[in-house]
Amino acid sequence: MDSAISEPPSRTPLSDTAETGLKIVVVGGFGVGKTTLVRSVSEIRPLNTEEVMTQAGVGVDETSEVTGKTTTTVAFDFGRISLNERVVLYLFGAPGQERFWFLWDRLFSGTLGAVVLVDTRRMDDSWYAIDRLEHHKTPFLVAVNRFDDDPFTHSLDEIRQALALPDHVPLIDCDARVRSSGKDVLITLVDHLYELAMAQEMTP
Amino acid sequence: MTPRRPVDTGDPDRLYTVTGGRSRADDDSFDLVTLVVSECEPTAGMQSEHVRILELCRHPSAVVEIAAELKLPITVVRILLGDLLAMGRITARHPRAADSVASMPDSALLKEVLHGLRNL
Ligand SMILES: Nc1nc2c(ncn2[C@@H]2O[C@H](COP(=O)(O)OP(=O)(O)O)[C@@H](O)[C@H]2O)c(=O)[nH]1
Ligand SMILES: [Mg+2]
Repeated sequence: MDSAISEPPSRTPLSDTAETGLKIVVVGGFGVGKTTLVRSVSEIRPLNTEEVMTQAGVGVDETSEVTGKTTTTVAFDFGRISLNERVVLYLFGAPGQERFWFLWDRLFSGTLGAVVLVDTRRMDDSWYAIDRLEHHKTPFLVAVNRFDDDPFTHSLDEIRQALALPDHVPLIDCDARVRSSGKDVLITLVDHLYELAMAQEMTP
Repeated sequence: MTPRRPVDTGDPDRLYTVTGGRSRADDDSFDLVTLVVSECEPTAGMQSEHVRILELCRHPSAVVEIAAELKLPITVVRILLGDLLAMGRITARHPRAADSVASMPDSALLKEVLHGLRNL
């Protein structure tokens, strides 16, 4: 049903015929609704895991004072959608703050695409994520999670301008709590990916 | 810009023990969404983490799911899986679309994804 009230069941096993795992990453600032979105479309209750990473001062932009190794733990959550008997889509809710982006290659390489979740009250939380996705050439869309108590009601056009978002990047409204809305976000993203893939397959 | 600083790293000693002292997987052959399947039942005397993985993977389980269930970091799970794979106790179904960040999956696969999502 289209409500966030029903919790999905705890981890149920995948079908034995499952053979291909796919990834979509939901990225955005703290509290923007990443976990909520993952939960609303996932067939399992979102699970949490973490990666412990050692950086030897590489992949660290602009901070030359970083010497030696630092160990960082990054937590992220994920949900799952079995698309058919063979293909299963994993959705990752990942932090978008600058200090987590060294993770991107390691964890999220091969991702189909990304959803950047935006809260218009804290729009600058998403700037960095958008920059990095463009830099990594990861296709993405921007979904505005409309909170009820948002005092401003910016139009999508205003938001596109504020984010300096090129025309080809899809920008849509969503309510992360509502399953059908979360589903629309994913469909819009994959539609976009499909167009890009078609265009690429046409060019020799 | 805020300078990077290390975050709480949990309990490194425990991780060290689980992996027999190694801190890196030998290769990056396990993607987050590689699906792992057991090829045998656990046997007596097996390391408890190996036992849990073999139990979990009676049905296909993604690397992230294993990590979440075992409450171990991905890196550690990759090492454990590498051991089991080397012993022939698991097989791995690797993702098709995971070559590089910028590589596009083919349109046929995306069409399949779209179809699946629309049918939810
Ligand atoms: N009113 C409203 N609240 C929301 C919406 N999306 C998320 N929330 C709430 O905002 C809080 C943070 O959401 P969460 O998904 O945990 O954010 P995350 O940090 O990005 O994972 C939670 O209490 C959610 O219930 C929304 O669309 N509208
Ligand atoms: Mg969250």
